[in-house]
Order: sequence, then structure tokens, then C-alpha cells
Amino acid sequence: MTATENPPSKYKYVGTRPVRHDGLDKVTGKARFAADLDLTGQLRGAIVRSPHAHARIVSIDTSAAEAMPGVKSVVTGADFPAIDPSDSAHDEAVNNIARDEALYVGHAVAAVAATTMEEARAAAAAVEVEYEVLPAVLSIDEAIAEGAPIANSTNRTLFTGDTEPSNIASVGPFQRGDVDAGFAAADVIVERTFTTKAVHQGYIEPHACVADVGQDGKATIWASSQGHFAVRSKTAKILGWGTDKIKVTPAEIGGGFGGKTTIYLEPIAVRLSQKAGRPVKIVMTREEVLRATGPAPASKIHMKMGATKDGELTTIQGTLHYSNGSAKGYAALTGAMSIASYKFPNLDLMAIGTVDNTPKSAAYRAPSAPQAAFAIETLIDEVADQLEMDPIELRLKNAVVEGDPTAMGAPHPKIGFIETLEAIKNSEHYNSPVPEGAGRGFGTGFWFNIGEQSSATVNLNEDGTATVITGSPDIGGSRASMALMAAEELGLDVHRITPIVADTESVGFTDITEGSRATFATGMAVVNACRDLIEQMKERAAVMRGVAADQVAWIDGAAVIEGPPSEGADPVSIAEITAAAKMTGGPLTATASLNAAGAGPSFAAHLADVRVDEETGQVEILRYTAAQDAGTAIHPSYVEGQMQGGSAQGIGWALNEEYIFSADGVMQNAGFLDYRMPVASDLPMIETIIVEVPNPSHPYGVRGVGETGIVPPIGTLANAIADQTGVRMTNLPMSPPNVLKALNER
Amino acid sequence: MINRTHVHCTVNGDEVDFLATDSTSLLDALRTELGLTGVKEGCGTGDCGACSITVDGALNCACLMFAPEAEGREIGTVEGIAQGDHLHPLQETFLEGAALQCGICTPGFLVAAKVLLDENPTPTETEIRYALAGNLCRCTGYDKIIHAVQEAAVQLNGAKS
Amino acid sequence: MRYAAPTTVDEAVGLLAADADARVFAGATDLIPQIRSGRPEPSVLVDLKRIDRLVGVGESGGTWTVGAATPTSTLTADEAFTGAFPGLSEASGLIGSDQIQNRSSWGGNLCNASPAADSVPALVANAVRAVVAGSNGERTVPVEEIVTGPGQTSLADDEFVVEFQVDTPPAHTADAYLRLIPRTEMDIAVVGAAVRLTMDGGTCTAATVALGAVAPTVVRVPDAEAALVGSTLDDATLEAVAAAASAACNPIDDKRGTIEYRRQVAGVLAKRAATIAAERANA
Repeated sequence: MTATENPPSKYKYVGTRPVRHDGLDKVTGKARFAADLDLTGQLRGAIVRSPHAHARIVSIDTSAAEAMPGVKSVVTGADFPAIDPSDSAHDEAVNNIARDEALYVGHAVAAVAATTMEEARAAAAAVEVEYEVLPAVLSIDEAIAEGAPIANSTNRTLFTGDTEPSNIASVGPFQRGDVDAGFAAADVIVERTFTTKAVHQGYIEPHACVADVGQDGKATIWASSQGHFAVRSKTAKILGWGTDKIKVTPAEIGGGFGGKTTIYLEPIAVRLSQKAGRPVKIVMTREEVLRATGPAPASKIHMKMGATKDGELTTIQGTLHYSNGSAKGYAALTGAMSIASYKFPNLDLMAIGTVDNTPKSAAYRAPSAPQAAFAIETLIDEVADQLEMDPIELRLKNAVVEGDPTAMGAPHPKIGFIETLEAIKNSEHYNSPVPEGAGRGFGTGFWFNIGEQSSATVNLNEDGTATVITGSPDIGGSRASMALMAAEELGLDVHRITPIVADTESVGFTDITEGSRATFATGMAVVNACRDLIEQMKERAAVMRGVAADQVAWIDGAAVIEGPPSEGADPVSIAEITAAAKMTGGPLTATASLNAAGAGPSFAAHLADVRVDEETGQVEILRYTAAQDAGTAIHPSYVEGQMQGGSAQGIGWALNEEYIFSADGVMQNAGFLDYRMPVASDLPMIETIIVEVPNPSHPYGVRGVGETGIVPPIGTLANAIADQTGVRMTNLPMSPPNVLKALNER
Repeated sequence: MINRTHVHCTVNGDEVDFLATDSTSLLDALRTELGLTGVKEGCGTGDCGACSITVDGALNCACLMFAPEAEGREIGTVEGIAQGDHLHPLQETFLEGAALQCGICTPGFLVAAKVLLDENPTPTETEIRYALAGNLCRCTGYDKIIHAVQEAAVQLNGAKS
Repeated sequence: MRYAAPTTVDEAVGLLAADADARVFAGATDLIPQIRSGRPEPSVLVDLKRIDRLVGVGESGGTWTVGAATPTSTLTADEAFTGAFPGLSEASGLIGSDQIQNRSSWGGNLCNASPAADSVPALVANAVRAVVAGSNGERTVPVEEIVTGPGQTSLADDEFVVEFQVDTPPAHTADAYLRLIPRTEMDIAVVGAAVRLTMDGGTCTAATVALGAVAPTVVRVPDAEAALVGSTLDDATLEAVAAAASAACNPIDDKRGTIEYRRQVAGVLAKRAATIAAERANA
């Protein structure tokens, strides 16, 4: 196997494209995902789910199920400790298994474990649950309506001290300047209301786990997740156990996109295993995944924007409603906070999160930003239209730079938005003519990215190879990125480094792989551990050569002796140092942990050419280009992959993906046939332009790249449709029926 | 105990026997009876292609077959694509071209792409996209997968000429 | 569920006659998802693919015969068949992915009795006949008499479709099928339109127009057919075809489309399919 090498400008390994270390197992079918594991004596679990959108659970009779063939254990909410609604873990706990209130169709209410899947399913069907059906709330409009029924009796509006149940999860005002004055100074004012439906993250691997509780009461869990330490802490909390009683081993994860930052199955599997005294495997069906996990929030956003005739955006004012589904959350707040790309001197945003009887929402790639960007990018495009300005010029004129405030008021650090806009402006695509009869659209996106806690251990092996151990599940090639940074630091060939993701007892605490943080924060821990090792190796080399430690420099993967008495001696290689380690102080290993600060925001700009069939409403994407600031691309192929994957998800969200509920709250399209994610023939090649404005807070300048790519596509495609047809699409999805309806109303 | 049917077939060139209840999908039988967990379940309804296999050379979803249907058939899975320690060009180009991220869809794509190139050694981009439309990938946006198939086609044709 | 793989038509009829809950299948591409979504399981799964007569395509004496369990990929790969019935071939080729194509069949697509089945409008447009076997022997019926409503057929419990027969089209005759799906692949038709035309020197002399997914069963559109016959498919004719097709719809609102959408697009697809069929027939 050879690697595709790009000549690096500044680094020997960073910026190259080696074959990923876990790749071979993944192209030969050997990689073990959670559902691929089978333990001796293992039982299969099945979940009993609510058929009602909202109901009081009057009673659960498990006796018939327990008497069925092969059944070894049954659990209900009563098998888990009570948790106070004010506890921050409450909502996830009751989402794992309902206590006395079923909050959406698909909400878990009981579970069984049996010797075969067929027996488990049959027993699950035999659990008798008596429900008292309660009025349900199924949308933002229903949730905020006067006299609306309460969707979740435990919900209290966050940060208000309110003690009465409410369908409002959170209220967040964001203000600066004087919007009235801003509108008064504006020559152009545009205003629209936008609606978007709930969408699913759509990972191809359904949630799965295996739990095995031993006679000592300790549980081992194999799980597919974005963070196995979080699986441990959340499972412990929901069970009322100490974390020392739970070990979580990360399986390979088949996609997450934010949706596997929460847990659904692990506490249930542990209790079933504990009661049965045997390992229990639970694997969701696709239908369960769609009914009971995810989704990203539905939204309704009213936005008004003002600009002067020379293209200065003076004012933004808006109300952003986001549905958190069945439990409280921060969806609306993060949506408003993501409006941070333009220098509006006057800003007045009200973010209102609602609660209803749809599945509890979960994070999805730049959570809440795509919906807000749809509104902002559409309105800016309208301003450009009305002012007859080039849409990129208008954005360049108003783009934020270092020091400009975000919606929250804090100044942006060093960012590369201008550079990203210019990358599209200078692209071959932008400078090529729009195909005959087609439309061209432009849009941008922003995401904060986060740091958080990471640990890494780097062990040097006796032959001079290295093992890099982290606690960040590899959801898109991060093992390769860790190895590349270690290679650069140590001066060791990237394929002499083995990056592994270790269980919760074999590496220090590490937060979830989310917020585009793995390469940034965990990568920094790897770099720090490598730098520690280099100091150790310099000391060992000094011992080996009989010089003072401060006479040793680390140059190009070897200890170089400077000054007498050994000046000019051959450098001491890593292999020589490790071979002599027994004589110089023992094995070489280093561990670093940190709570990373200084995550670098990432901006993206997308350009699309589309052709709308104006008789059927069908939208064909002819050409698509994505530019994004990566800071520094550690492994450019996987940076491009993140940009392309994010673009494709955004395109799916824009065009065809949506949760469709019946009047009684049953999802009508709980399968991949009618939950329409893009297939290969729906998309063109997604051309990428990696912009590199290094993040000064990272040793290699890394910004997270995982999330921003999903933000621009919706606005980009809406603007392209408008360019061809003159029609502004304001309701998602822009599916053929919705587009044709809008064209008919033209 | 539910009666189980004895099934005899060929899997990746080896003759195998297994027992399965008649309602068991071939996917479940391959994974649990034969340990071929490279065949993945993404949907169970034939909509994602993660369980793509060949049956007498033809591309199929293992989730849409009852296990007894395999009787006497030649089944091919991702585990049979490499020859010994020699990877198939598609496996090489997927690795080199970063055509996988999470890797859960990769086995199905490799099986489907191999059938495509076996039948059509010089597919156009559009032909590749439609041939692989039954395989969902949520990570890559398909771009690098399509490129990897194109590159493998070039390599295979080069090896032939 | 018990699985049975008979090798003769009589054996299969016997299995059905012996058990009212037995059910035949070919590709199971509808059956398995239906069972997974909670539909009652049949008692016996009768796999028809091991009966020789059920699999294969061929022409003899001006009549084409297609086994009811023949994979649709076999039909699309058959150049002679596709040459004779380009629309029927393209409709068959639209049933799902390549994976599905190796399992899906006319017999299954028809007898699953989905209003949206892609092959059925084209089968109707070509006056295809179904040979049905049962305890009382065999009978031959027009395909439009098989499906009586969504999920409902006119077949008795002990009957199944063995094969399809269709006459070789007259000279200067061709068909076309178009469907609207939200994506480019993998979806169920929101609207389907099949048109078969016979052309004589640029003038249409015979026409059949059939729509799918716009009513409980496939809809013939006599007004559109009347408008086409005698015309040169000028713009006014095509507008009349579209209007007639829209008027013939009796659709529903569902997760795949609205009533208004289906009506409007049925007209669009009917006129486009007519244009393609005419081009092929004139060629």
C-alpha cells in the first residue's frame, strides 16, 4: 500500500495524505462495530415503545412477557432510580426509559432480554402497558399557542426560575446597538418567515451496544458512540452507579454527526444483563433509529434585515423558534448564537426554544446553525438583488474579521472568513458562466468549534515505533490525524506510529468527539505528550553520549549533540534510544491531559449551479463548490471529506429530508425509502477549496472542520433556485411538491 | 424450539452448511451463523445497500433474502474480495483515495462496485453513480467513492492491456 | 413461517390450496419490509424462483412470454425485448436499485398491488396479459383485471401469476414511461405515466395512455388517447393530453405528494411520455 503524498510546504508529515491506519480492517470487513460483537451466552434485547405521542403510563404488566420462552429479564422505568426534574441528567434519563409519562411515539417504556431476537421481539409485544392518552403538541405553532396543552409535565423554562410547567424550554434575547435607528438608516429592508422540519443525522449504523455485568456487579459495555467516557458517566448517572463500576470499550462507530453524543440503550442493556446474569446485546432497527433518536430541531424563524444603498448591513432583527422535541434543550440559543458572520451594528434577536411531543432532539453537525443561516443567507441575497450588487461583494463588505463581535458580543479571534469568501470569488466555478437556463446561488456558514478535555498517552516501543493512545472515537479519520501530528513532532514515519482509541480504563478522561474538537484538542494532547517524550529522549541521549542534557537538541527525529565532548557524534535515533532504554531509565512513555482553550471558528462559503424543472419542481444540482477555512489541514483528504460530507447532508436537508408526522404524532416516513437522504446519483462531484488561516491557539494551526460544511447548503440552494426562477423558497424541504407549489404561486 | 432448516451453499468459494429458521434473513444467517460480520445491516429493508452481497454473481441485498433461498447458491461477501493478502484494486483505491470515513457502508460499496466493474469495465461517472444509488453513504458525499471506483477501473483496465 | 421452494406450477398451487395463509413470493422486496413493519406473517413462504417456467423471457410466433418471477434486470439486459418495448423495459428498470433489480419481477410488482408500481402502467399500455394458475387450471386475463385496489387483487387464494404474454407491437409503434420521484433513484413513484403510440407518417394512429400513483389502481386516459389519435402531437394536442391526464387523476395526499401536485405532474409526464413514444415510433 502506498500513500498519496502531497509535497508539504512547511511540514514533513502534517498536510500529507497517508492511508489511514484503521483502513485495512474497514475495506476487508474485519472492523468491529458494536453490532458485530457477540459474547458467549449473550442475550438479545428488545425495547417496548410508546404508540402514543403523549400519555400517562398507568401501569405496566410484565408477567406475560416474563413467562414467554427464552425470556431472561424484563425492565421498566421502575428498575431505575428516581431522578429529580431539576437534575441536568433528568431529561436524558427519562428519554432512555419513561417513568410515568410517555412523551412521543417511540419513547422507550420497557425492555426484555431473551435468548434469540425473535423471542425478545415476541416478549416485547407481550408487555402490557396501560396508557392514559393525554393531549399532544406536535409543532412549534401548537406548542406556543394560547392555552396549549403541556407537552412534558416536568419542563420548566430554563434560567427563569419559573416553577410552572411550560412548553417553552428557553428564552434568550441577544441585543446590541439600536435596531430602530438601524432600520431608519436603511435604504433596503427585507423580511421573511422561514420554516424547517426536523431532520435526522442519518448515520448508516443503527445504535447498538453489548453490556455484560459480572458477579462483582461491574459492567463492561461495548458501544458505538462519539464518546465512551460520556457513555460511562451518563450510564452511571442513570443507573445511580459509580463510574468505577462501569468500563466502556469503544467499538468502531458507523457515523454519528452529533447523534451519538447522547445515549439510548446502554443503561437498559446493563440492567437487563444484571438481572439476567448474562451479556445482553441491543441493536436498534432503522425504524427505531428514526422514531426514537436524533433528530435535529424543526424551526420557525422570522427575520428582518436592513441595509444602506451602498451595501452596509445596518440591522438584523428576528425571532427564532426551535423545537427541542420532547425535552428541554438549547437549540434556539445556539441558533441565534450562530448568527456571527456579518458586522450588524444593530442586532436584536429573540431565541425561543419549545417543547413538544416529538422525539427529543439531539445535536446534528453545527447544531441549529443551518436553519439560521438559511434565513440570513436568503435575506442577504435579496439585499444584493435589490441593490444590484454582486452577492460575494456584499458579503465581503460586511464580513466579520478578528475583533468583531459575535451575537453574544464576544469578539471573534483570528478568523478566515474574508479569505474563504475570496477563495470562491477567485474560483474557476465562480468565474465560469452560469449554464444556460440554470441558476447560481451562493451562501456561507459559520461554526464556533470547541476545545474541552482530552488525554493522550504516547508509548515508545523497544524498536523505536510508537503507539498513540487517545480517548476520542474515530468518526472520520482522526486516528490518521493523531498519527500525523505525532509523526511531525517525533520525526517518525507516520506508519511507524499506531494510533489507537482506548477504553475508559486505559486512557485518561476525554470528552465526546463533538464540536469539531478531536483533531484540535485531542491532537494538542498528543502533541504535548510527544513534546514530553522528546525531552525524555534528549535526557536519555545525553546519558548515552555522556553529555549534559542541555547539550542535546531534537532535530529531524533524532537527538543531536551540540558542543563538546561529543560534538559531531552521530545523532542518536529513536530506535537507538528505545533499544537502550533499559540501561537509561526504563520504558519511554508520556501522558498529557488538557482542557483546551482557543478553539478556532471555521467559516465556509458554497457555490451551486442548479436547474429547476419548472413543470415538476425538481431541482438538479449541476455543479457544487465548497470552500472552508481549516486553519491547517492535517490530512487534507479527510478535511475534504468533512467538507463534502457536510455539503451532502446540507443538500439533503435542503431538498428532500423531513420528518412527516400524522395528526396523532406518528412519523410517516420512518425508513430510508421515504426519509430521503441523497443517493449517489443525486449529487455532482463536490469540489473543495481548503483555505488555511492558521489558528494561533493550536501548535499546527488546526481549526475544527467537521461541522461548518453543513451550514451553507440550504441558503446556497435556495438562492440558486431564486436565481433561475425568481421564487424565494422559505419553507423546507425544497422538494418537488413544495417547489412547484411556490412556482405556481409566482 | 423452532425448527431450523439446513442450508448448504458456497460462501466466498468455500462450501458451507448452516442452520436457520425459515424466517431468518440471509443477512442474519451470514452474520450470526457464519460470523461474516462484514455484511452490515443499515436498514433491513433494501434501501441502504450496507448488506450488499452477490448471489450467483448478481448483486443482492442480503436483508431481502430468506436464509433458505441460499440453498445451492454461490454467495459472495466483502470478506471474499481480497485474494489472500492481495487486496482488490477497489480496496486499494478506497484506502488511497480516502473513500471511507466511518466505514460502515464500505463493505456494501465494495461489493456493488466490484459487480459494476466486472460487468462494465469502463463506466462513466453517471453510470457509476446510478449503479451505486442503492448504497447509502452519509459521511463522504460520495465524491471520493466515485473517484475511487474510477481509479480502480483505470488500474484494472491497465492490468488487462 | 415455513419456506417452500416448489419446482413445478402444480406443486406451488398445491401449497397454496392447502393453506389459505400461504403466500407466493419472487423477490420478497416488498414482502420482507412489510413483515418487518408488522404485517402478519404468512404461514408458508412459497418461493417461485425455482420453477423454470416462472423465470425467463422469449419471443415466439409474434408473442413475447415473460416468466412472472423473472428479475427485471434480465428484461432490461435483453436487447431484443428492450428494442420491442423500450418503455416497458425502462419502467421495469426503475424498480429500485441494482440490488433490487436482481430480485424484482413483474409478477411481484403487479401482485403487490401498490398504486405506485412502476411496471404496471407500462404493462397496461402494452395490453399485457397475465397467465394465472390455480386449482382449476390456468386462465389468461388482461393485467388491468388483476389489481382491484391498493393491496387487493382478483386472484383467488390458490392462484398466482405464472407468466405474462404480450404481442409483438405493430410497425412504427413504441412506448415510453416516465415517473416523478423526489430523488433520482430509490424512491416510489409520486406519479407515473406510460404512453404507447403507433405513428404513420407523423400522424398518430393508435394510442394508449396509462397513469400510475394517481388513483387506487392504474388509470387509463381515454380522452388523452382520443386527442392523440389523428394528431401530429402538436402543442395543442399535447396540452389536451396533459389536461386529460390531470383530469383523470383521483389521487391522495400522502408523504410522497399532494393531490394538486399529482394532478399537475400527471399532465406534464403524460405529454412528455407521449413525445418520447412518438419520437421512438417515428424512428
